[in-house]
Amino acid sequence: MKEELFISGRDIPNIDPFLHIWHWQIPIYLYLGGLAAGILFFSSLFTIMGKEKEMPTTVKWGPFLVPGALVLGLFMLFLDLKHQMYFWRLYLTVRFESPMSWGAWVLMFITPLSFVWVASYIRELIPSWNWKYKWLEKAETWVINNRLIMAWAIIFLAVILGIYTGILLSAFNARPLWNNSILGPLFLVSGMSTGVAAVMWMSKSHHERKILSRIDLLLILIELFFITHMIMGALAGSQVMIQAAELFIGGDFTVSFWVFVIVLGLLFPATLEILELFGYKIPVAIPAFLILLGGLIFRFIMVEAGQLTRYLY
Amino acid sequence: MRYAMAIDTRKCVGCSDCVIACQTENNVPLGYCRDWITETVDGSYPNVEIELRSERCNHCDNSPCVRCCPTGASHIVEGGVVLVEHGLCIGCGACIQSCPYDARYSHPEGWVDKCTFCNHRVTKGEKPACVSVCPTKCMYFGDLDDPNSEISNALKNRKHKVLAPEAGTKPHIFYLI
Repeated sequence: MKEELFISGRDIPNIDPFLHIWHWQIPIYLYLGGLAAGILFFSSLFTIMGKEKEMPTTVKWGPFLVPGALVLGLFMLFLDLKHQMYFWRLYLTVRFESPMSWGAWVLMFITPLSFVWVASYIRELIPSWNWKYKWLEKAETWVINNRLIMAWAIIFLAVILGIYTGILLSAFNARPLWNNSILGPLFLVSGMSTGVAAVMWMSKSHHERKILSRIDLLLILIELFFITHMIMGALAGSQVMIQAAELFIGGDFTVSFWVFVIVLGLLFPATLEILELFGYKIPVAIPAFLILLGGLIFRFIMVEAGQLTRYLY
Repeated sequence: MRYAMAIDTRKCVGCSDCVIACQTENNVPLGYCRDWITETVDGSYPNVEIELRSERCNHCDNSPCVRCCPTGASHIVEGGVVLVEHGLCIGCGACIQSCPYDARYSHPEGWVDKCTFCNHRVTKGEKPACVSVCPTKCMYFGDLDDPNSEISNALKNRKHKVLAPEAGTKPHIFYLI
């Protein structure tokens, strides 16, 4: 038996008995970042593949969600800062060792690019749209002519953004639940899956929905595979890693994780998508909503649970 | 030069004088502290062992807080002392999440605060406030690179340990056991 007691005046209610410095803003920020990365990835992917006509929602209309999601996500990050008036310090330095630094820089590039991407399609959405200034019209023509180059830039940045939402957490050695190398790919795939679900929900073309549904099914399977590996890896690790995994196996997060993330967020929508492949009629809103909600809950659980895990000495 | 601290767990009585001295010296806001006492009780009655430790920032060689800081506010100065530059800190909490010793906290003014090894005193040749007030003289501070310093001698003559060596941080607070 080992007991540990603090006997001095370390009276920091928000930190003791465990560190809990990140609250609801961070999971929302990570969720919106992953969602935006997912939508942008497939939008630029199908542009590069030359399938704008076949996948109009994925390429053109889905990305209309992105600028809003990124701006809201950045606002969440800003809300979480404790020394807010100094946030611009992020952009006076590049620190490659710090994921938060290069994540902030990626957002600095991908956010304006997403605005430009959407702006280049706005005339197709609202035919009466008027740019008012000649130079804006010229810029639009230039962007439309160079869409392919932009798609390559966006697909590259979107992958980094998606991975970053996971690596932001996995860089912290002191939080054993987060400190595993699979978290980056896991958050990327999860973000892609939520992005595809959002676009699938928006799409009106049966053909496009069917393609997206198959992609999503594959992403869900990869995600389940990564989650299994994360838990197996932790259980095969050191004492602190085992304790981290036990939060999901009998610990405080068992029910919320298995019911809301695994069953309702992944297995059930995957089953619905499989049934649809076999010709059953299922309203697209049900799997799409469940995937979107599951992704959000997953991030809340990971951020909360990770902050409970620590080194013991 | 490499500053370090050694604390004799057999001499420490857990009086918290080091905590109060630090709060006074560094004007730590009410309800917060940069160092604290941990009492570890090991075993079951009647065979119990108690260890008292005065804990603080370990001023690690491989410091995850400095690595994770997105603005360079957390930095290392001469002597291996880890400090936070208030005007650069955005209060993102990355360093707080990365510290295996929970040695950092968010100051009410927004920036992240922690033990500075009393750098303002040490550069003048004085000892950190906590060391200078310890009534049992259980704390040793000095330069590890100097083989005749108080700390080098303390570590030479006694068995010692660091906290969470498995975190790979190369901490510089040593506990004499």
